[in-house]
Amino acid sequence: MKHKKIRGLSLQVIPFAELRDLSISERVKKILGLVLNDRIVIIHGRLRAEEEARLIEDTMALVDHVKSFKGIELAVIEPNMKGENIIVRMRHNLAKTLVGDSSALTVVGPASIIKEIKRDPKKIELFLK
Amino acid sequence: MLKILKSFAKRILQRIFKKRENIKIGFYGPPNAGKTSVANRICKDWTGEELGIVSKIPHETRHVQFKEKVNIDHKGKTLTFKIVDTPGLATKIDYEDFMGYGMKKGQAKKRAKEATQGVIESIQWLEDMDAVIVVLDAAENPYSQVNITIIGNLIARKIPTLVVANKIDLKKANIKKVEAAFPDYDVAGISAKEGTGFDDFYEALFRLSKKV
Repeated sequence: MKHKKIRGLSLQVIPFAELRDLSISERVKKILGLVLNDRIVIIHGRLRAEEEARLIEDTMALVDHVKSFKGIELAVIEPNMKGENIIVRMRHNLAKTLVGDSSALTVVGPASIIKEIKRDPKKIELFLK
Repeated sequence: MLKILKSFAKRILQRIFKKRENIKIGFYGPPNAGKTSVANRICKDWTGEELGIVSKIPHETRHVQFKEKVNIDHKGKTLTFKIVDTPGLATKIDYEDFMGYGMKKGQAKKRAKEATQGVIESIQWLEDMDAVIVVLDAAENPYSQVNITIIGNLIARKIPTLVVANKIDLKKANIKKVEAAFPDYDVAGISAKEGTGFDDFYEALFRLSKKV
């Protein structure tokens, strides 16, 4: 297997505010546009479940049509609210409803650069090719 | 969002007006977790026929396949299911991975193309399911984003879900880890290969059908 030697890593941070007013198609298009340019995208927030599914659908369509694009690695890390008391959890849920889930962090990158993202509840480990 | 609301409304109407018969149950999960092996075991047990081909090479199932009217008896009760086996969900597909299993380039490229379409097909079928069995490999890390995304979509669509930890015959299998990853769900540990754990599985399946 031939792989490009990585000399640097291009990370692009997207604040959630930049995605908030976009439609589901526009959000996914924006993310995949960056990933196709070999950027690792870090979104301050998380996509909704149906948006994640759409991201996977559109990724598969691109794998089918764009030569050398093998897909994405995707991971979301969120604060664990299980041990928190009910007031903290309610405050978190209220903020989530009002301004979107900006307490989470979403990492999306091209599978040709990221070998694996290991995710457990407290951390994300990014392994590069 | 509109799709989800429509699906929710459909489910509510079905719950009011339709008897619980021929429950459409989907098998979802990452590639090579053993979805077809589990579906085969069930179909073989109750219809005498298997549903699909299994293989060690990922993405063997590249089209949705189903078996109508599978009557399952459990402790004197009978339910009829439509078993829907779906292609494995993945975020990346590389034809070169298939070449590692001895496939020729052309063959591997064809498989990769079909596999990408299979993933899309799986996601699109999700809307139509009455209930879903998420099949995971008990020897693999359950915290993969694909698993989280599947569960997230099932919650959003309010589809009753059962998690199956398959391959418990493997030394590395760890059901506790699967249970810890999905604490809000029934987790049934089975080995489709050896046929173990199916009593508890059918018990959980009948509990699941009550939520439809």
